[in-house]
Amino acid sequence: MISRRDLIKSLATIPVLGAFAYGVFKTRRVVQNKQYILLNELNLDSAIPELYSDANKDQKIRIGLLGYGIRGRQLMRAAGFAHPLWIDEHINAARENPRDTRYQDFLDQEDLNIEITGICDIFDVHATEAMEAAANESKSGSAVKQDNFPKRYKTYIELIQAPDIDAVIIATPDHWHAPMAIEAAKHGKHVYCEKPMTWTVEKTYELRKVVKENNIVFQLGHQGRQTESYIKAKEAIKKGVLGKINLVEVCTNRNDPNGAWVYPIHEKASPETIDWKQFIGQAPYHEFSLERFFRWRCWWDYSTGLTGDLLTHEYDAINQIMGIGIPESVVASGGIYFYKDGRTVPDVQNTIMEFPDQDLTLLYSASLSSNRNRGKVIMGHDGNMELGQQLVIYADSASTRFKEYIENGVIDPNNPIYSYFPGQKHFDAITSPTEKYFAGRGLLYSYRDGKRVDTTHLHIREWIQSIRLNKQPSCDIDQGFEEAISAHMATKALREGKRVYWDYAKEQIVS
Amino acid sequence: MNLRNSQVFFLTTLRILIGWHFLYEGIVKIMNPGWSSLGYLLDSKGLFANFFISLTYNSTILQTIDFINIWGLTLIGLGLILGAFTRFSTLCGILLLSLYYLSHPASPSLEYMLPQEGSYLIVNKTLIEIFSLLVLFVFPTGKIVGLDRLISKLK
Repeated sequence: MISRRDLIKSLATIPVLGAFAYGVFKTRRVVQNKQYILLNELNLDSAIPELYSDANKDQKIRIGLLGYGIRGRQLMRAAGFAHPLWIDEHINAARENPRDTRYQDFLDQEDLNIEITGICDIFDVHATEAMEAAANESKSGSAVKQDNFPKRYKTYIELIQAPDIDAVIIATPDHWHAPMAIEAAKHGKHVYCEKPMTWTVEKTYELRKVVKENNIVFQLGHQGRQTESYIKAKEAIKKGVLGKINLVEVCTNRNDPNGAWVYPIHEKASPETIDWKQFIGQAPYHEFSLERFFRWRCWWDYSTGLTGDLLTHEYDAINQIMGIGIPESVVASGGIYFYKDGRTVPDVQNTIMEFPDQDLTLLYSASLSSNRNRGKVIMGHDGNMELGQQLVIYADSASTRFKEYIENGVIDPNNPIYSYFPGQKHFDAITSPTEKYFAGRGLLYSYRDGKRVDTTHLHIREWIQSIRLNKQPSCDIDQGFEEAISAHMATKALREGKRVYWDYAKEQIVS
Repeated sequence: MNLRNSQVFFLTTLRILIGWHFLYEGIVKIMNPGWSSLGYLLDSKGLFANFFISLTYNSTILQTIDFINIWGLTLIGLGLILGAFTRFSTLCGILLLSLYYLSHPASPSLEYMLPQEGSYLIVNKTLIEIFSLLVLFVFPTGKIVGLDRLISKLK
């Protein structure tokens, strides 16, 4: 029998739910109201970049690899070919540390339906390793016996001329990028070329000419083109969220010998195992040197220094996001302040690029002996943007556009008004403290369609698909031309110690 | 169990407060469709960190965990506030909180990406909430004040 007393005591706590619901409703309405106002104001949609088309994927593309050094290996893995010993090592690494998912990530990487039919490396050990990696289509460890090794070519010219090669990946020292790319283009072979695009100004014009004349598909190796947050940043800037942008600051900070290009010297390297003459190429003659062979980035003779190796990535990111093109003028200075190991390229460098027609300055600042993380910052009158794997936008406290919102509390200049994290399903106009914190630390992976992926893999994939669809990819020869000329201006300004200008009409660098 | 009125009052209040906390955590996640436990799991530390991190490798498992969290928190919250299936709700609450504690044990030597209010030595708010629920488990009040009273009468 249920008494009145039972009923009251049974239902006594229900009013708490009413209070709860009212509380949630009220706080939610405040937040939603702010979010609604901001969404309308910022006018950014939450679309996430989609993977490129799968069309014509059944067409197998036959690739020749030029250069199997540090970057060559990374590119080969990004294309789906790992050396059996790498597989062994990373199976063990995953066994010892379940957090190390590099092996699984590699297995999960999409099959691009390509074949490595030729390789060329002038160091015998690297050449053999490249063949072993290229034959490892089954992604097995060293226990599985491989056959089907690709042919090793002794010179890049023979590889390029081979009839069973449709396209080449160039991952050689800087001074070889353009001569190889030009030769490939002349033979109608498609090119994926590592950055920087060229080592001399003259080759920049020539490469652009032959790529266009021969209608090949050219992709320059700035994999940052695939970074989700850059794509979102471009959208935000296009919609004017930052207002008039006047200053962009980009940086390089590294602090270890590897980051400063002091790469290990292979024990089997010698004049017998290295084709030194071919290494030198168009560079000034120097007697055989293991240091110069393995650490070539440290010498102007083969390298383009901080400018070509690292400024180009930063410049290309901003060129991708803002379409800045070639600067009107560049000044640069720097020095060898930490790595006094006989190198000729600076380890500290500052470069200022002026774009007066866009009322904009780009500042690049680099140190190879400090890990202080300075990020990429794009500064505008109404807001500023911090860019990495994640993207965070703050309103400026003195913004004209957001003045009213700041006054009535919709916008707090100390908190982001917009944040974007790779893999996030929906974007967030009002960031919680947690997300702000995550943003500050950076996120662990790059995402595409909710999947963890390597941007280099996506960049190669875009190139391969562009070949199948006969179109130009995102970092095409025109983007590459702007990258190369901007970098050459910086190098010239640095080495000659004077301001250099770009003559837009004549397309020439002038002092 | 015979409890004094004041004991019933404070035990019930404690139950409602903890229920409120659970319900809010659940509702907030329901209202934010982008919420995922991914970041929290990846930030796991301590003895069981590898296990919690391994849960993120499979997207089906991750989606299940998200679902259990969102609806578990909400239903436990409702159960505690309303006094419905109180002992079961209490037990589920203890289980969920224990998983949070195991994935994020409190120690000054462990640093988490998620903001913490300073550092704790073993005892943190999660542990106190677990033990508060254990108290509620041994001193159940659902059949005194709550829907369980009605449910037991109807049986």
